[in-house]
Amino acid sequence: MSPDLVFVSVVLTVISAATPLLFAATGELVVEKSGVLNLGVEGMMLVGAVVGFAVTTLSGSATLGILAAVLGAAAMSALFAFITLTLLANQVATGLALTLFGVGFSALLGQPFVGTPVEALPKLAIPGLAAIPVLGPLLFAHDALVYLSVIMVGAVAWFLYRTRAGLVLRAVGDSHDAAHAIGHPVVLVRYLAVLFGGAMCGLAGAFLSLSYTPMWGENMTAGRGWIALALVVFATWRPLRVLAGAYLFGAVTILQLHAQGIGVEVPSQVLSMLPYLITILVLVLISRDQAKVRLNAPACIGKVFHPSA
Amino acid sequence: MLPRLEPRKEPSRLLTWTTPLIAVAATLVTGAVIFWFMGHSPGTALYTFFVRPVADLYGFTELLVKATPLVLCAVGLAIGFRANVWNIGAEGQLTLGAVFGGGLAIFLHGTESALVQALTLPLMLIAGVLGGMAWAAIPAFLKTRYDANEILTSLMLTYVATLLLSTLVHGPWKDPAGYNFPESVLFGEAALLPVLWDGTRLHLGGLLALFAVALAWFVLARTLLGFQVKVVGMAPQAAGYAGFARRRMVWVTLLIAGGLAGLAGIVEVAGPIGQLLPVVSPGYGFTAIIVAFLGRLHPLGILFAALVLALSYLGGETAQIELGLPQGITGVFQGMILFFLLASDVLIRYRVRFGAPAIARPATVAEGGERAEQGA
Repeated sequence: MSPDLVFVSVVLTVISAATPLLFAATGELVVEKSGVLNLGVEGMMLVGAVVGFAVTTLSGSATLGILAAVLGAAAMSALFAFITLTLLANQVATGLALTLFGVGFSALLGQPFVGTPVEALPKLAIPGLAAIPVLGPLLFAHDALVYLSVIMVGAVAWFLYRTRAGLVLRAVGDSHDAAHAIGHPVVLVRYLAVLFGGAMCGLAGAFLSLSYTPMWGENMTAGRGWIALALVVFATWRPLRVLAGAYLFGAVTILQLHAQGIGVEVPSQVLSMLPYLITILVLVLISRDQAKVRLNAPACIGKVFHPSA
Repeated sequence: MLPRLEPRKEPSRLLTWTTPLIAVAATLVTGAVIFWFMGHSPGTALYTFFVRPVADLYGFTELLVKATPLVLCAVGLAIGFRANVWNIGAEGQLTLGAVFGGGLAIFLHGTESALVQALTLPLMLIAGVLGGMAWAAIPAFLKTRYDANEILTSLMLTYVATLLLSTLVHGPWKDPAGYNFPESVLFGEAALLPVLWDGTRLHLGGLLALFAVALAWFVLARTLLGFQVKVVGMAPQAAGYAGFARRRMVWVTLLIAGGLAGLAGIVEVAGPIGQLLPVVSPGYGFTAIIVAFLGRLHPLGILFAALVLALSYLGGETAQIELGLPQGITGVFQGMILFFLLASDVLIRYRVRFGAPAIARPATVAEGGERAEQGA
């Protein structure tokens, strides 16, 4: 293979590895900006992955599969929203419950589909642009979900910082009492944010089971949901930094795979530790500068809101 | 009229201990519906899941064997949760306990000396505790030194721990006579926990778990440390004024939780398993989170909650064999219990009221003053 082709193929795998993280982290960013911490990302991604896979296999339509994944994961997030926002439960505990439940529930749903093949999502080459050497295949020949993931980051950045509704959402996340006092529907805003986060996790899961692997396997997210949560902190709650962070993590994942491929003299398990260790490292690097974190962190994150309080 | 929630002046003690029962009951009802959907007779399926496994004495001892690591992990986690330290990496700390203690067993394997043989088991237990503590010390250090979120670091370390154990049993610790299976040697008699009851797998670890419960109860109810844990958790600012150092609390609670999880790990390896395998726990460290909450973060409550969750493991196994249900069913039941618990816990702090909320009325100045007084 020519060096150009090697470069292109490596970058393409990085983009693929980054896409599920990008979806999940962008969704969680909106959730956290509204003042809610949903630790159920991993569970929602798994449910999205299995539902997307099952519906695609049964119906033969990937579009239906992706829609079902979005709805399935959003339904999981609705459960979370009801327990934390209406029944005022602890968000950390409920998020953990969502992940534990999602791991088991997806395994239950997915059992008949283990080992079933599925056709990967088709690549949509943009006519003309895709023919440009190197840049064409890098930027203009992906499947629909890859394009969508980047569009969603832009859309979220625009929504949060350029629209009135985005301002309200940030206000609710920074001071729910003040937002409530001037008449904003705190609980409704948070419900919508949590549902959006769930839907994005559904897209992340669908991408994993329909494009990245493409197949269904128990626990196939392998901690990506948690890495996405760390990415939000890494990005100090700024959408464009999530984009950078997701691609950085995609690169680490792929680097690790390639190191195994070219026969680096280290057990494969040790290389597999890299993404988790790097996650810890970046968390430390960001968190040590608390002034920077506080600048963008939603002040009300994880706090229960009840209008009488 | 929609029901609304009105805060109670004080959390209801009665409901604090009844909501876990509500949660278990609701899980059983929902479980029956799920079984029915999957084409099984709900009665038979529930019987197979929750009664059959413990219908005989052997089954009951198996329940205690499964409850042992759950109790050990959950007691440690509960102390942390009380102080708002969210260690969710007990699974990793358990794994490191297995690595440290099991590694020592492999190292001492085949030694003839009677003294070494006598010391093997105690040293393994200590090594297990130290292994868990060492693994928990990492998030404690990162939290206190760099303010890194312990939820994420302790969880990431769980993945690293599992990979570490897998590296070791696939490589240096593989049994040379083991036909290349990724398993260590079978531990000798000196490295195995004594069985308490012939013909069962009930081992000394069960007593260690009971001891941990008693000790944790004593520490929480009767010592300054227990008081500090409570204050730091319920009123962090008050704790600050009282001079209780938050950092010290993070260290202490994480080390206790890590040590107990590590003990759970070595107890599993030196007990029912008897060797190191690539995976030594079916998620006990995660299930222990549910045990801790269901047991109301109270050592005695945890004892009962662990039996319930241990039954979900046994029931899942029986249901797999007899009804052909997938393994995931255990996780579904465990998740449901926690959901129902968290949902019904709202009743502890709030009353459900019907009718127009008081706040919707145009408040007069007098009324406003009255409310402010009540709030004070």
